[in-house]
Amino acid sequence: MHELSIAMSIVDAVTESAAAYPGARVKEVRLRVGALASVVEDSLQFCWELATEGTPLAGGVLVIHKLPVIVHCDACGADAEIEGVQRFRCPRCGELAADLRQGRELEIDSIELEDPEPREPEIGAPNPVEEQI
Amino acid sequence: MTTRIVELRRGILKKNDELAAALRQRFTSAGVLVLNLVSSPGTGKTTFLERTLRELRARTARVAALVGDLETDNDARRLAASGAPVRQINTHGICHLDAEMVTKHLEAWEGFSLAGLNYLFIENVGNLVCPSSYDLGERIRVVLLSVTEGEDKPLKYPGLFNSADAAVITKIDLAVPCGFDRDVALKNINEIRPGIRIFETSAKTGAGMDEWLAYLAEQAHPS
Repeated sequence: MHELSIAMSIVDAVTESAAAYPGARVKEVRLRVGALASVVEDSLQFCWELATEGTPLAGGVLVIHKLPVIVHCDACGADAEIEGVQRFRCPRCGELAADLRQGRELEIDSIELEDPEPREPEIGAPNPVEEQI
Repeated sequence: MTTRIVELRRGILKKNDELAAALRQRFTSAGVLVLNLVSSPGTGKTTFLERTLRELRARTARVAALVGDLETDNDARRLAASGAPVRQINTHGICHLDAEMVTKHLEAWEGFSLAGLNYLFIENVGNLVCPSSYDLGERIRVVLLSVTEGEDKPLKYPGLFNSADAAVITKIDLAVPCGFDRDVALKNINEIRPGIRIFETSAKTGAGMDEWLAYLAEQAHPS
């Protein structure tokens, strides 16, 4: 059960990045999680609530985008998605394929911030994509 | 009200990965081969490591071990009987070792130096899930599986088996009484991690240890 450690690492990373936008509330945190990342989604969601409690991230939604495993096949040259995580074989030609091209990701893709009084982000802040509503 | 989407594109375990990269660099420049041993509780990591340390010392190699457990220093005491320097890491509830723990324990280890060392073994906390996400700066990740655990363990824990560089089957002296199906086990490991080096060993009888030690020597001094 390392999901709590992972949730706490997400809180630290997001708090650090959101600090460039003082006063903004973190509405959503979007992750990219590979099928081989050994993360249980339900358990991470549960730990997310615990880890954000009493922090400026409390109430923020955690969105987990799961990524399937993609292998590169040396035999036929294909980059192909495998079904599940039990057989590392090229779905096209059936050969064993050890070369992993996707599936281990454990990343924060983006965060959505809600700012009651929009200010210019501090110098050095990550690139924002703004949407006025 | 303004909504901003800020792209972060960063690894969740970035801090661990950075510490692990720094460790890897230290290990490489000191010329130490570092191995991270991972398995379920009860696979026989400590017994296997104990024998490995003894045999390497008998071949005049300089070896040391860091051993992770939630509580107790029982494993460190067992391993220290080999004569090698050993340090226990107690995680107090955390189910895996991380690069920060390794860094801190290397710093706090009195009288220990990486200089002149040939091998450093890191015995992880017994767990086949959580250690897979945490790089410790090792060069070789070894997954261990005993014949008493069932041939389908690799299929149940693909994340870890797929991240390993070598697999060690332990307790093969018990294969017959356990009805261990060797072909199925080898096939399962190979389906999850095609091409991985597999060693079939018994720390009790010494079976398979020569191949394992030859592999270690080959990895430490690549020709």
